Amino acid sequence: MYLPPKSSPHTTNKSSTQNLMLRVILATLPAFLVSSYFFGIGPAINVALCIIFAVSIEAFIVSLRKRPVSYALKDGSVIVTAVLLGLALPPFSSWWLVLIAIGFAVIFGKHLFGGLGQNPFNPAMLGYVVVLVSFPVAMTSWPAPQTVASSDALAHVFLGTPWLDAWSHATVLDTLKNNHSLTLHELWQDYPYSGWISSNSSEWINLAFLLGGLYLLYKRVFTWHAPVAMLLALALMSLIFWNGSGSASNGSPLFHLFSGATMLGAFFIITDPVSSATSNQGRFIFGLGVGVLVYIIRAWGGYPDAIAFSVLLMNLCAPTIDYFTRPRTYGQRKAKRGFNPGDN
Amino acid sequence: MSTSYKELTINGLWKNNPGLVQLLGLCPLMGTSNSTVNALGLGLATIFVLACSNAAVSLIRNAVTPAIRLPAFVMIIAALTTCIELLMQAYTYQLYLILGVFIPLITTNCVILGRAEAFAAKNKFVSSTYDGFVMGLGFALVLVIIGMVRELLGTGTLFTNMQLLFGSMAANWQWTVFPNYEGFLLAVLPPGAFLVLGLMIALKNQIDSYILARTPVNMPAAADRRVRVTD
Repeated sequence: MYLPPKSSPHTTNKSSTQNLMLRVILATLPAFLVSSYFFGIGPAINVALCIIFAVSIEAFIVSLRKRPVSYALKDGSVIVTAVLLGLALPPFSSWWLVLIAIGFAVIFGKHLFGGLGQNPFNPAMLGYVVVLVSFPVAMTSWPAPQTVASSDALAHVFLGTPWLDAWSHATVLDTLKNNHSLTLHELWQDYPYSGWISSNSSEWINLAFLLGGLYLLYKRVFTWHAPVAMLLALALMSLIFWNGSGSASNGSPLFHLFSGATMLGAFFIITDPVSSATSNQGRFIFGLGVGVLVYIIRAWGGYPDAIAFSVLLMNLCAPTIDYFTRPRTYGQRKAKRGFNPGDN
Repeated sequence: MSTSYKELTINGLWKNNPGLVQLLGLCPLMGTSNSTVNALGLGLATIFVLACSNAAVSLIRNAVTPAIRLPAFVMIIAALTTCIELLMQAYTYQLYLILGVFIPLITTNCVILGRAEAFAAKNKFVSSTYDGFVMGLGFALVLVIIGMVRELLGTGTLFTNMQLLFGSMAANWQWTVFPNYEGFLLAVLPPGAFLVLGLMIALKNQIDSYILARTPVNMPAAADRRVRVTD
């Protein structure tokens, strides 16, 4: 690579991996607080368990790979993975479920591919999908807001006392998916946790993630392309296939934007600089793909929410997207397809 | 090419193992290794076809011309596969139903055609048969180990439904290793096969490099290696 000599004055740029990761963690704070308001100590336990497990597993693997442990831990990337996974998992998940999820994320998602910067898949989403596929019952047991007492919750997480049916609530996406007889108006009237757009907890948590995402956008941690494209695609898809509010309804665009993990995915997952596409145009296509897939799986697939699956599928496409959206180097003509005279 | 039986055994079971080194026949390896009994059933069928096809191919190796050798080999393999398919229908019908398409697919298992082409077409009857048997055994061993790991992780039990293969005397062979196990569904699903196979290959490579690091490098005496003598 040609590094042109620069003359003074130099502006120093404090941006480093560590700095970037700190900002991302800071940006999850609103969502963490809102989530804690609804689910008590659940998110805090999840995130704390995730961080403890993630840091110890990372330290262990890095030392197995004979690399400097403190250097690998200092960049904070594993803590971002842990925080995002902790917020994505249902509150009050058993400790072993958290361990399996974060273990797969760090070992299989990150280090088997060569560590930070080498992973083709988003580690947090990989860990999430592994436990979602393996333990569907535990992963769909979302607690009803403000029902589980802290002592019961701790006993469930650490001692394995059984999960009570009274604690569970079907998420809005789940409810919508399993509804075959009621009009939406009737459905949401019966639903005990209705909010303005989707469920009470879901819309506020999504708003909080949106707020954190806008902060990151303002700080230029990532560009607008991927999140805007994903939200746009999801909104467009749900607008096109919006079949009113009858019993077969797929839900309105606004409902889809503020349900499930939409905002978490849009601003914190698909903006991952490693596993996403690299050029701006590529990021836009990447986001579009995720948005379309999310809607397809939500409306016609087997799972109520689909952020994790869509992100993994698009991660697989990222190298191809990069190949076709390679930016033109300044001073070069646009490459022509096929054989051109003058080529060697 | 004369190869000793010891060398053939080491090749089939370890050094040139079809499942771990040649990475051939991955389709049945992934598809039928979700429980011990399925893996063992298909493993035994593969051993049978591989040993018999190697035997038959080595017998006719001087009679077929090189131009038509591949169709001839495939016909032999397909005939043997039909034999094992009918046998399984007769004696282990339930297992036959579970394994389904993977039994006819033995015909297209690359290990079998690969051994016919690479070994049996060039070697004598006895050593070819032995090579087929050992290669099949290596394949079946990998298959059964993956099957056992996946069954253990996926359901917490071992040797479930062995009566499908061994008749009613095996009905209570099921061994519940972890009582009250929640079940790790991923291990039973197709990704589990890829993960377990990948980890097994990694383990084998690790063991190999450990052995390599421990064996002292014995440099041949310089005099033996001299190619050009100038004086």
